[in-house]
Amino acid sequence: MTRVVLSALTSHWWRNPVQLFTLLAGLALATALWSGVQAINAEARASYDAAAATLGEAQFDQLVASDGGVIAQDTYIALRRAGWLVSPVVEGRLQGVRVVGLEPLTAPGGLGPVTLSEGAGIGAFLSGPGQLFGRAEVLEALDDTGADLIVANDVAPGTAITDIGLAQRLLGQEGAVNRLLVAPVQPLIQRPLSEVAPDLSRRAAEGGSDVGRLTDSFHLNLTAFGLLSFAVGIFIVNGAIGLAFEERRSMVRTLRALGVPLGRLMALIVAELLAFALLAGVIGVGIGYLIAAALLPDVAATLRGLYGADVGGTLSLRPVWWLSGLAIAVGGTGLAAGAALYRLWRMPLLASAQPRAWAMAAGQGRLWQAALAALLLVIAAGLTLWGEGLAAGFGLLAALLIGAALALPVVLDLVLGLGERLSRPGLVQWFWADTRQQLPGLSLALMALLLAMAANVGVSTMVSSFRLTFTGFLDQRLASELYVSAADDAKAEALVSFVTPRVRAVLPLISVDRTVAGLPAELYAARDDATYRDNWQFLEAVTDPWDRLARGEGVLVNEQLFRRAGLRLGDSVAVATDTALPIVGVYGDYGNPVGQVILTEALFRTLYPDIAPLRFGLRLPPEDVADLRSTLRDDFGLAEGAMINQAAIKAFSLEVFDRTFTVTTALNVLTLAVAAFAILMSLLTLAALRVPQLAPVWALGLTRKALGRFEVARAILLAVLTTLMALPLGLALAWVLLAVVNVEAFGWRLPMFLFPGDYARLTLFALGAALLAALWPARKLARTPPAALLKVFSNER
Amino acid sequence: MLLTVDHLTKTYPGAEGPVTVLRDISLALGQGETLALTGESGSGKSTLLHLIGGLDTPDGGAIVIEGQDIARLEDSGRAALRRSVVGVVFQQFNLIPSLRVVDNIAFQARLAGIYDADGAAALANRMGLTPHLAKYPEQLSGGQQQRVAIARTLVARPRLVLADEPTGNLDEATADEVMDLMLELVAESGAALMMVTHSGRLAARLGRRLHLRAGAVVEGGA
Repeated sequence: MTRVVLSALTSHWWRNPVQLFTLLAGLALATALWSGVQAINAEARASYDAAAATLGEAQFDQLVASDGGVIAQDTYIALRRAGWLVSPVVEGRLQGVRVVGLEPLTAPGGLGPVTLSEGAGIGAFLSGPGQLFGRAEVLEALDDTGADLIVANDVAPGTAITDIGLAQRLLGQEGAVNRLLVAPVQPLIQRPLSEVAPDLSRRAAEGGSDVGRLTDSFHLNLTAFGLLSFAVGIFIVNGAIGLAFEERRSMVRTLRALGVPLGRLMALIVAELLAFALLAGVIGVGIGYLIAAALLPDVAATLRGLYGADVGGTLSLRPVWWLSGLAIAVGGTGLAAGAALYRLWRMPLLASAQPRAWAMAAGQGRLWQAALAALLLVIAAGLTLWGEGLAAGFGLLAALLIGAALALPVVLDLVLGLGERLSRPGLVQWFWADTRQQLPGLSLALMALLLAMAANVGVSTMVSSFRLTFTGFLDQRLASELYVSAADDAKAEALVSFVTPRVRAVLPLISVDRTVAGLPAELYAARDDATYRDNWQFLEAVTDPWDRLARGEGVLVNEQLFRRAGLRLGDSVAVATDTALPIVGVYGDYGNPVGQVILTEALFRTLYPDIAPLRFGLRLPPEDVADLRSTLRDDFGLAEGAMINQAAIKAFSLEVFDRTFTVTTALNVLTLAVAAFAILMSLLTLAALRVPQLAPVWALGLTRKALGRFEVARAILLAVLTTLMALPLGLALAWVLLAVVNVEAFGWRLPMFLFPGDYARLTLFALGAALLAALWPARKLARTPPAALLKVFSNER
Repeated sequence: MLLTVDHLTKTYPGAEGPVTVLRDISLALGQGETLALTGESGSGKSTLLHLIGGLDTPDGGAIVIEGQDIARLEDSGRAALRRSVVGVVFQQFNLIPSLRVVDNIAFQARLAGIYDADGAAALANRMGLTPHLAKYPEQLSGGQQQRVAIARTLVARPRLVLADEPTGNLDEATADEVMDLMLELVAESGAALMMVTHSGRLAARLGRRLHLRAGAVVEGGA
């Protein structure tokens, strides 16, 4: 019996291939966009984790020099003798590669991702020319080191692992290490750190990668986009399943009347859906892989440029990822089919056939839908006013989007009803009334379009606002025309003496890490100079912040510290053991995960006399930068790598942003394409159901061509009305992302800017998509044979 | 006795309280007998047919088919009965629109696991359906669709055929043609037939007649 029933059930799809295609394509597209984004995120996170495993920050406590400098190897030996189970780490950059030197015999985590069986064993690692482990592209850059190069793909991108001795030699750091990893289990008796190495301080394991947190904002945005795209796809699937189930209601009744038990029938329908979900899931995961592979190089470049996070440019097929892709396809099908399955389960066997009952039922449920939409929008308003925390932020997003989507058909019904009442009786009035009648069948597609457009407006507003803010932030932060650095204090002094007569101002860049208001923070010194006074803008400040700062009467803090510590202007913060100063200004510090405090240079040098600046910003006319670089290189002997041109950094940053835009633009276009597909499929499906409604109008004298034109006009009208609602919704979405979610998640708020040109372009795109989607069904309708229209009037159908 | 209905009652919820559709109906039908159920619209004849077919459940009384009280059966038990013992012919044909005529004819027999391709082909031929076997139901006229529905029922060799106004959607000539064929084939199969009809002329062609009014038997009861 199972085979017979299954053949009957599946015969529906073979007779309605467009419906089957809609279902599979909708589900595959939804899965593709979701799993594509997840693949990118998973690849990036795996890279961060590999980096964290290599550097050991995540798992182990560390000893670091309190002044931020290097640790003498003798100190390491003294600690070992005093019973401390510590292991040295040397790290630095060589030809763009992060070289990490580890000591395999004492390192608590071994060599991170490297196993020595991959090479010639521990002997070769420690002796001879030494070995460097890394990815092939990384090792290429190090082929002149003389060491054996061994490809190990588990090593973090952009990183090479080697023995500590070789690392010291390559980095020119003989006799010094950068930090010491503390083994989790230590002897019961050991001399205190303050006695053995008073200059070192212990830093607790971070429990996750730092860079992972840094880039969370970026990944959060991608995930939100993936989720919205998935939701749009699920709307298509829901529409397709709803219609298919409605059309199969009579078949289900017949099957039951012929003796198929309800339980068996439902089980087979679920099995059929499961098979479709798995098939579409496999296709979706495949397309998702292609999307991710196409976008990953841009994402990797963005992450490297913005956050210094190295992410491999190639994609791995992780079982967790494709299994989760299949799971989301199955879950999405369940979500989309749940209500339809329930209705089928509860359907009385003898219920009479209701043509277009699916659409009618949607109409009957409008009151409930309106009530639910109103409730969700009230919840959204409540969360805006009183909600706190990230969960409330996401709750607000969900309530706002779902509430608005549910409200759309209700609003459209009211507007179309108004149009009908205000129009002159006749053809125009029929057009409004007929459009209103189509609403239930088109609602889901229009809701998908609403969400897709709102997501586009919201996310592009957020990204563009971010770009604008970040560009301004770069102008503020990178005001100096040239940045130079010296290797040590003596060279720094000589450098200052050399450049001082050649530039307008020399601005030292000097900082120390310190806990401020209970949070980790960086303390920076600022010289009283027009550079700061002219370029820096405050989010909040007293009337004369720079004067008070210059007099040593106050400090400036970044937004992160200000918000996280719950500070207010005028509150005092401790900048040294016995020194606390009031806050006189708060500045935006986008992308920085830790707090920052700025005090005047004079006070900084008094409080921290041992810390001397090694980096300097130089102010000079931009046209003189090239000459000064040559002079510094030729006459002073400063290496090219020790000079950074501000214009180059800005150009690079903007290039990074444009690559970021490549990713968001691609996702924008894909989401809108999915929505356009939803409209096309809804119109195509409705076209078949439209014949009985259009036949009387045709019989009364309207040509089939005119009917086709009306169909196009109807699609455009509905798209325009949906767009009018999508724009404010998108702006609300952007506001929630910028002012609520970002603040709760990362501690800083981005100002919101409007981009009318972008919105106009998007509107045209959406209308174009609706027009294209309407053309095919309209053409089909315009070519409906008169015999098909006449059949409507025949009793012998 | 193939079928015994004993003191059957059925009510439906109405706007002003429960409405009794069938009250204290009793009847009996033996192997090979034919019975017409007549009555005005709303008299309860279709409801009675649906209850006997296990498509709905009674509120009181018993329906015993081949010794089994179907009122006491679960959905799966009633479904099994419809597969093996009872065959229903509907006024609206209720063909499966996505299956070809040949598969629609074979469908119920396949469900029951007794499909005989030669027998089905012979029956289709007798009913004039051979030229239409590869078509879909929507490509047939109403009379042709009803023939397919009757063939689907008879191929499964039921012992009790229930027909709910099987010619209600057909013109008089076609109705007569379909009726002749159905009576002939039912008689050949040895099955019993219970048919709902508005037509006194058609009812007269069956062995017995049961007339209902307002849910009660007024003529021809057990």
